[in-house]
Amino acid sequence: MLLKTLLARLASMVITLFGVAVVVFVIIRVAPGDPIAMMLPPGASDADVERLRALYGLDRSMPEQFLIWLGGVLQGDFGTSISLRQPVAGLVLGRLPATLELSALALVIALVLGGFLAIFGARHRATPLEAGVDLTNGAALSVPDFLWGLVLILLFGVLWPVLEISGRVSPRLDLPFATQFYLVESILRLRFDLTADLLSHMIMPALALALPLAAIIAQLLKQSLKEVLNLDYVTLARVRGYSELRVILREGLRNAALPTLTLVGVQFTFLIGGTVIVERLFSYEGLGNMAIDAVINRDLPLIQGIVLLFAVIFILVNLAVDLTYSLLNPRLRHG
Amino acid sequence: MTACLEILGLDAAIRRGPRLLRNVSLSVAPGEVRALVGESGAGKSMIGKAVLGVLPRGIEVTSGDILLEGQNLGALSPGLRRRTVGAAAALIPQDPLTALNPSRRIGPQITDKLVHLLGWIRARADARARELLDEVRIRAPERVMASYPHELSGGMRQRVLIAAAFASEPRLIVADEPTTALDVTVQKQILRLIAELQARHNTAVLFVTHDLGVVAKVSQSVSVLFAGKVVEAGPTEALFRAPAHPYTRALMAATPRYTDPFASLQPVPEAVLAGLRAEVAAEDAAREARNG
Ligand SMILES: Nc1ncnc2c1ncn2[C@@H]1O[C@H](COP(=O)(O)OP(=O)(O)OP(=O)(O)O)[C@@H](O)[C@H]1O
Ligand SMILES: [Mg+2]
Repeated sequence: MLLKTLLARLASMVITLFGVAVVVFVIIRVAPGDPIAMMLPPGASDADVERLRALYGLDRSMPEQFLIWLGGVLQGDFGTSISLRQPVAGLVLGRLPATLELSALALVIALVLGGFLAIFGARHRATPLEAGVDLTNGAALSVPDFLWGLVLILLFGVLWPVLEISGRVSPRLDLPFATQFYLVESILRLRFDLTADLLSHMIMPALALALPLAAIIAQLLKQSLKEVLNLDYVTLARVRGYSELRVILREGLRNAALPTLTLVGVQFTFLIGGTVIVERLFSYEGLGNMAIDAVINRDLPLIQGIVLLFAVIFILVNLAVDLTYSLLNPRLRHG
Repeated sequence: MTACLEILGLDAAIRRGPRLLRNVSLSVAPGEVRALVGESGAGKSMIGKAVLGVLPRGIEVTSGDILLEGQNLGALSPGLRRRTVGAAAALIPQDPLTALNPSRRIGPQITDKLVHLLGWIRARADARARELLDEVRIRAPERVMASYPHELSGGMRQRVLIAAAFASEPRLIVADEPTTALDVTVQKQILRLIAELQARHNTAVLFVTHDLGVVAKVSQSVSVLFAGKVVEAGPTEALFRAPAHPYTRALMAATPRYTDPFASLQPVPEAVLAGLRAEVAAEDAAREARNG
């Protein structure tokens, strides 16, 4: 039963990825801009152009190009970046950890902040404090992530410069890392000086990404907490003598979290999409930043690789949400 | 002997709105079952909620005292009141389908209070839960304790809730229409169980119901409620033998009898209702006068 569901998920995943690959492949080739023209110095001869086109397979028809690319992908070869002249797979996977760490940090901030606001608002429902929470939510929601980025830079980079506004880690530091998961590794190696340096770079972009999501979580979770808190089993818990906060945490939170969770999944994929601009804003060397360079340079294989990787991430996020959902819901667990 | 529960002149109202309880007084002696009867909306549940400190938001007690085991609840801080009520009282709710947390196993829902509020060690609480599940004739206590609510029938869940209510040996139990949501055959078993455990544990019970047949079966005393006002009260037997208030008589006439199910079922006569409205108006006027 479980195996069947899993296989079905896998099949739909492959189909989705194929669809994404086709669409992106076509769009970036139909869009104006010629990668070869951008590589060559002005005044290069037509013959040079043609030679390069042939080298990257751009002289063939689109279906032919797609089949060649697909054949490579199936063997783990995602082509060669036109602008960086390195294998796409290595480039993309090298940048992935930076973006994953940033997104994960943003998600944690959003969950903690949103969860706290929701619980606080539900605890003080129908008082001015709840109105305060609603006001905060409204403000956080009405400003998009990159604007939050600018506001944060102004606050903590310029007016009160306590945080780093650019890059992922201070260049003067020696990095003893074996992987690109700097934050995780610095913690595992107990090099908390490095952790602190990394965080001082990551906090602002992560916060910028997190604020809108935190507001959504706070709003939705507070609403469903308020609904759950009127249910009979919650009254029964109150009669037992629990404090209101304990009632919310023990009886309310888990059941209220279910409807919020699905939406968090969808919104988290938006957050990951947001890394493209926010990473650029903070010169954070992640996948999103690389994507912008790739688009500027019309680096077709690189764009294709990055988009595909984003698609894989989105699918995995949705899968993770479904799994957590069924884990939290005993009705599904015992099917 | 001090009463287990004593309510004195209790008034409750919607904030800046109409009165919901009108000068309610009643008492429940240790080991006694007092029934609260009245039509839907009479304020029966409201009395239970006021005692347990779980009135809905926006509804507040405006005057009167509630004494639990001689302790005036109104004089306690909110936290202390909560713990006092939690330790001395329990609730058997109306709808067993919604009264258990769907995402938690049955066992902890019974033992939570013992462990967290009364400070029992887990093993003793578990043993106690098994004991009580046994008392409510659940055959496989271990299995039930490991189940989720949706795996149990309505009748089973109500047994679980009864076990949970009695587990902490409360002095008072508020049972708010504990059988209304169940089908008829199960109703009788559940009523019998409550009566049995109540007698064995010598628990005082405030039994909310609109069914006079149930009143006759389970209670020693009755308070009849109309529009939040006690219109008649007394020992059950005496009240059934010689109901003094026309409203009580009307309620009795409206109760179907098994011997003659179609003959009775009459609505409360208009004349009686008019009299009741006058009584309620007089009580409201009296309150106005008291408060100046
Ligand atoms: N949350 C609430 N807000 C405002 N009024 C309420 C609320 N809950 C109940 N009431 C009102 O309080 C009055 C008493 O309600 P209560 O629930 O005590 O009635 P009841 O006697 O238990 O009736 P039932 O047999 O239907 O349970 C009713 O008139 C009802 O409309
Ligand atoms: Mg009721």
